Amino acid sequence: MYYTVDRGPEVHEPSIPDAWELVVGLEVHVELSTKTKLFCGCANHFGSEPNTNVCPTCLGLPGALPVINAAAVTSAMRLGRALNCEVKPSVMARKNYFYPDMPKDFQTSQYDQPTNENGWLDTPAGVRINIERAHIEEDTGKSTHVGGDGRISSAQYSLIDYNRAGVPLLEIVSCPDIRTAEEAKAYVAELRGIVLALDVSDAKMEEGSMRVDANVSVRPRGSDELRTRCEVKNINSLSSLGRAIAYEAKRHISLYDTGDRPIQETRHWDEEAGRTRSGRSKENEEDYRYFPEPDLTPLVPSVEELEAIDASLPELPGAQRSALAEAAGISAPDAGLIVERGHSQFALDTIAAGADGARVVVHINNNLAGGLGELTPELFAGLVQMETAGDLTSTQTKTVLAQMVESGGTAADIAAAKGFEAMDTSELDGMVDDLISSHPDEWTRFCEGDEGDAKKMAGFFTGQIMKATKGQADGKVIAQILNSRRS
Amino acid sequence: MAESESLSRDEVAHVAKLALLDLTDEEIDLFTVQLSGVIDTAREMNALDLDGVQPTHHPLGLVNVMRADELRPSIDRDEVLAQAPAVEDDRFKVPPALGEA
Amino acid sequence: MTTPETASPAAFGDAQSIANDVSSGTRTAASVVANHLDRIATHDGEVHAFNVVTAERAMDAAESIDQRIAAGEDVGPLAGVPVAVKDNMCTRGVATTCSSKILEGWEPPYTATVVERLTNAGAIVVGKTNLDEFAMGSSTENSAFGPTHNPWDLDKVPGGSSGGSAAAVAAGFAPVSLGSDTGGSIRQPASLCGVVGVKPTYGAVSRYGLIAFGSSLDQIGPFTTTVADSATMFEVMGGHDPLDSTSANQPALAVSSKLDAGVDGLRVGIITEMAGDVIEGIDADVIARLRAAATALEAGGATVGEVSIPSSVYGLPAYYMVAPAEASSNLARFDGVRYGLRVDGANTALMNTASRTGGFGPEVKRRIMLGTYALSAGYRDAFYGKAQQIRTKIIEEFTAAYEHFDVLLSPASPSTAFALGDKAADPMAMYLNDVCTIPSNLSGQPSMSVPFGVGDDGMPIGVQILAPLMGDVVMFQVAAELERVANATNEAGA
Repeated sequence: MYYTVDRGPEVHEPSIPDAWELVVGLEVHVELSTKTKLFCGCANHFGSEPNTNVCPTCLGLPGALPVINAAAVTSAMRLGRALNCEVKPSVMARKNYFYPDMPKDFQTSQYDQPTNENGWLDTPAGVRINIERAHIEEDTGKSTHVGGDGRISSAQYSLIDYNRAGVPLLEIVSCPDIRTAEEAKAYVAELRGIVLALDVSDAKMEEGSMRVDANVSVRPRGSDELRTRCEVKNINSLSSLGRAIAYEAKRHISLYDTGDRPIQETRHWDEEAGRTRSGRSKENEEDYRYFPEPDLTPLVPSVEELEAIDASLPELPGAQRSALAEAAGISAPDAGLIVERGHSQFALDTIAAGADGARVVVHINNNLAGGLGELTPELFAGLVQMETAGDLTSTQTKTVLAQMVESGGTAADIAAAKGFEAMDTSELDGMVDDLISSHPDEWTRFCEGDEGDAKKMAGFFTGQIMKATKGQADGKVIAQILNSRRS
Repeated sequence: MAESESLSRDEVAHVAKLALLDLTDEEIDLFTVQLSGVIDTAREMNALDLDGVQPTHHPLGLVNVMRADELRPSIDRDEVLAQAPAVEDDRFKVPPALGEA
Repeated sequence: MTTPETASPAAFGDAQSIANDVSSGTRTAASVVANHLDRIATHDGEVHAFNVVTAERAMDAAESIDQRIAAGEDVGPLAGVPVAVKDNMCTRGVATTCSSKILEGWEPPYTATVVERLTNAGAIVVGKTNLDEFAMGSSTENSAFGPTHNPWDLDKVPGGSSGGSAAAVAAGFAPVSLGSDTGGSIRQPASLCGVVGVKPTYGAVSRYGLIAFGSSLDQIGPFTTTVADSATMFEVMGGHDPLDSTSANQPALAVSSKLDAGVDGLRVGIITEMAGDVIEGIDADVIARLRAAATALEAGGATVGEVSIPSSVYGLPAYYMVAPAEASSNLARFDGVRYGLRVDGANTALMNTASRTGGFGPEVKRRIMLGTYALSAGYRDAFYGKAQQIRTKIIEEFTAAYEHFDVLLSPASPSTAFALGDKAADPMAMYLNDVCTIPSNLSGQPSMSVPFGVGDDGMPIGVQILAPLMGDVVMFQVAAELERVANATNEAGA
């Protein structure tokens, strides 16, 4: 299976002052893509007409009872095992609070006995983030705020659709191990990759099937205290995640710098304004009065069941990176982008078909961001072979590749149709010699200058030849001729 | 009066808030006395040695009761909405989340 | 003492005789239903057993059953049997109120499993019966729609919370009815109204469609005039329901299989704490009837002993933590958003608060408060947690007792029916009514009340039979014996 991932634009948040260290823990909600909801047989489907996927159970009608969906439990355990968690006997619990989107006015969740505990995830850069727990719970319905400017704060009334109420979620809670905004993004991207590899959710942040809340605090670098944290919600993309964390961290630092301190609260990320805002402080302190859900039985997975889950796990992104790195002769982090885009099997197949690994990686990273189109590993391998044999220049290769993605076909046919013939080397020999004699100063710098100078001049000569040949010349051949004239 | 009870008026008022009940002062006074009586009786449980006794949440001790991930028909929206206090655009209508009192 | 006209159990025959007559064509279902509807129309003004009488629907259903029988169809073991349903069980298109203002007029879009099963077996729902609001109470005085009166003495309570269903059977408004029992809400009114009332083993009968009070304690069961009718009802209603996760994964227990077996060789234990002065407040005439029942069983060949369930004295405080805790959560959904009463407010929380405050009666508020407190931060372990541990202790002690005894005996209620208004002002006095019935809710074990004579005031008294988990068959076996003795005594006296 090939799939693509939106990493968001590569924005590097300005780092926080060196004297401070960021401490972030993430709570990620993943909607499990089961056919039916967590406790009833209504369709788990995004985009239906309002209040059509509802029944007595998911509407919380008096007298209705829940029965848990076995597929949701299995997905939760699979994800738990993929995150190296201990999968334990678990108990569903009621989390009691009033919320109009929540039909029973309690959320059926897990409390002191979650399904998954004590796991970890390694980011592509090799940073290990510990995972405290990953528990099963139900989603809420959805309110639309009407009047004012559509914001909750100025709405005149709200309209509720319960289609989403009771959709199964897995909430994955990390330890506060994340130290930079980039790490937070890498953690979420890696988690998403694992979710997609397991095929337990479509994990779309923009559609809300993957939602990230960030618990942010800062501390003086070198200290190991945990200071007051704020929970930032309403983060809708990976790039917002980075910006929201950076913003919140700087807000804390400036409070400390002025002798003030943050208060523990929930804050909302305002994407347009690029800042977090205080959620209205609650009149009541939270007291969820958890207790075991009497309408559901404990879940006790058997050893056999867990062994079967372990045996059925697909190759996860970390293993995919290692495999690709080895096959392509690159470092594991360098294999990260291809794996994240879901192209590692494609890359491996192309290499297995006889293509140079490093070139395959370069092309997928740089020239196939838009998708693979009609390309197959065999066709792609043919193209890379032509390139490494010198039959096509890298520029020509890129052009042919774009055509192959669009329409399929072999590299040789497309190259021929475009009139890409490798230039006669003897013709190039003459052109290089002419160039040397017309530019003696540059030639001296190429032959006798320091490394930087030589490189610069090589670029100059290559550029001139490319200009003269309209890019048809092979850069590698030019380099060979230049070097042969130097001695 | 409330001073001698095992629950304070403040605790009763706090619990009422958690339960979204708006009690009059008289009701709070009455509940402070009545609930204190029940709580005092409940404290008799402290006489039992319950160290190491597991709690019972389910009389039958069933585990792993689950259903297959199979669709069942949803119910008719109109029948549900007909019972709702207020409806607009096929959705349940409620006052604003943050409207001022 | 003369029996008032309102008291006439099985006025038109018990369920078994009605089903036989209707199936064989001796009587039509329409005539049976019409008889009962007439009796309701004549006397329910005084008794107030019903919140709503579904006369038209019942007559339609009766006619359809008569047509099917005329066509040679077997419509089931309850053919044409009128049944009154406690108004906390959902009936599609028929108001289901829990006797609460907050649900007044609510018509559920679905029907409870038990009601489906009864009607599939030929039974005909004639109405929804009054109860203490949300089943919280022991007298049916906590109804938003006014109290139910005991058919044997209209100045007295029928017990509760299923007082309407117990009274309906005692008054002959229906030969059978449905109740729910969380802490004694079937057995205590059965005792006070002189009818048979059964709380099956937890999980033996589906709770789907029963509006929850204390989910880990609630059980649905029948009220009938005979033990055999209760057995039929149980067998029709019972058995696994895939819509209830706590339903036992087995077919209905064959409780009618040993009704004629007698009690020779059975071992019967009287619960010491409930037959003397360990638990205070149990009346002497009630204990006298309990002793008489034991003697009767002994005469039938059973051996009788006494057994102590020491933790049963903690049943009451444990129950009054667990049940309200679960109730506080179960009743959170009544918030004015999706159904039921809405009282306007400027924002959602104020609307929720106004609706709940205006919709719930005082006893429901009291229990919600109690349960919210029992679960709140800092108190959960001391109250809710301890109570759940006491359940384990009670189960262990019962289990030990059942190594020596097949069934246990106790009173079903500490007294006969008391006067309306007598205990209404004192919640703790009212709670004490449940002292004999609560332990088997906490343990999940089956128990039932069988009429066994009358008290000093001439009002009915029931004896409670308790049995081990899934031991409902032997419980019915013993109940049938007590019924034979009681009938023989009545005939001898008459």
